[in-house]
Amino acid sequence: MTESAVMDLSIGQLAIAYVFVLILLVIFKSRGIRREKEILIATTRMTIQLTVMGFILMLVFRHAHWWLTVLMVAIMVGFAIFNAIKRVKIPMSRKLKQLAAFSMIFGALMTAAFFIIVVLQVRPWFNPQYFIPISGMVVGNCMTGLALGANKLCGDMADKRDVIENSLMLGATPFTATKQIVNDAFDSAILPTMNNMLTMGIVSLPGMMTGQILSGTFPLTAIKYQIGIMLAILGATALAVVLFVSLGYRTFFSKDARLLPPEEK
Amino acid sequence: MFTIENLKFKDILRIPRLTIDQPITCIVGASGSGKTTLLKMLNRLIVPDEGVIRYNGEDLSGLNSVALRRDVVMLGQSPVIYPGTIGENLQIGRLFSQRIPRPESALREILREVGLEKLPDDGCSTLSGGERQRLCLARVLLMDADTYLLDEPSSALDKKTEEFILNLLIKFVLERGKELIVVTHSPQVAGRFPEGRIRLVRGQVEENTAHPKEGSSWKGEKKDD
Repeated sequence: MTESAVMDLSIGQLAIAYVFVLILLVIFKSRGIRREKEILIATTRMTIQLTVMGFILMLVFRHAHWWLTVLMVAIMVGFAIFNAIKRVKIPMSRKLKQLAAFSMIFGALMTAAFFIIVVLQVRPWFNPQYFIPISGMVVGNCMTGLALGANKLCGDMADKRDVIENSLMLGATPFTATKQIVNDAFDSAILPTMNNMLTMGIVSLPGMMTGQILSGTFPLTAIKYQIGIMLAILGATALAVVLFVSLGYRTFFSKDARLLPPEEK
Repeated sequence: MFTIENLKFKDILRIPRLTIDQPITCIVGASGSGKTTLLKMLNRLIVPDEGVIRYNGEDLSGLNSVALRRDVVMLGQSPVIYPGTIGENLQIGRLFSQRIPRPESALREILREVGLEKLPDDGCSTLSGGERQRLCLARVLLMDADTYLLDEPSSALDKKTEEFILNLLIKFVLERGKELIVVTHSPQVAGRFPEGRIRLVRGQVEENTAHPKEGSSWKGEKKDD
């Protein structure tokens, strides 16, 4: 990586890019789509949040301490858990929410730490330049997967009460009675990541790799990081979701294998 | 086979004492009288707030619920068909209850018995409501359980199918020395088993013909005065 290859972007140049928002506003106006307020809020929030993050990262990079890295990652994971739970349309029981948090912490964080410490062999382990963005990507993708899986699990458990109860009437264990539902939930969580991997490099150049290349990294180095991170994302999502669904279905049953009524979970 | 003592469940059921010991027992009562709730309690799909239910002398709360449901099989109100062929749907009860699957010839025989003119390899998507109910009946018969709980086939189904299912199950139970508890609306069915009729009124046992003293309408010897 050489400094000369990096082309910094001036604020003035960046400002020109907001022309796309103006175009969108014109289209909305002419077609009578009432979304002007939302697009302005979204653009403003994105700009402010990223700017603040830029300053925070500058600060953290300059004062590399293990606790600063841990604090940043903890905040990210906290937000991710909150967000994943918020995205589930059906109200989740307290136990299920706790399980979502546990799965996310265990699945995403363990995988991210393993990837950074064992695979990338970053030294010192808390080096914020690596630890923060990589954990962020893993946690973010894991959040999406978990939300999809939780939505499917809760949706099916509510829609298929008749079938589950019928299986119990025939002597099925809760595990057998919900096996298909649990498998479907896992499947729907992991499928987007797999589809993404199928088209990667043909249809799309992933964001991280593009960013690295733009900032001057040799493409062959960038793809190695990208392959590694994709594997980490796959592993983290699979681990978090399999934990969540295979423990989660139990929260819908009592200890003596009854399907609990929705208000008792 | 079942005895109930001091059972209470929300505002739905209040049963000081109930004995169910006839080969065939009909539970009758208006909708909302707690019939289905009572039936589900015998299968431990619902547990009472208070009271004890015993099956052959053993307290249900001390038994393994899954093992209990393998002996006391329930056929629900609406037919549930699983993905797969008719044959797979027939075997699924045996799979769920960890029994050995039956051979193809047994599947064909049971289909003939319930009057479903289909083959085990046929799909289920084209079955009518009545055919689905027959398939579900065949599934539980194939399980060869000790006690059968039958929640009345939904009134949305034709009377003929409902009568047919009941008659077949009654014959099966009597021939093989099994037991049947059936929730029914049909006065004809209830009338055929006057010795085992339980009438529920607003969650209370109004009448139990096998044990008259357990009914709230029992006036004892005073009635004769």
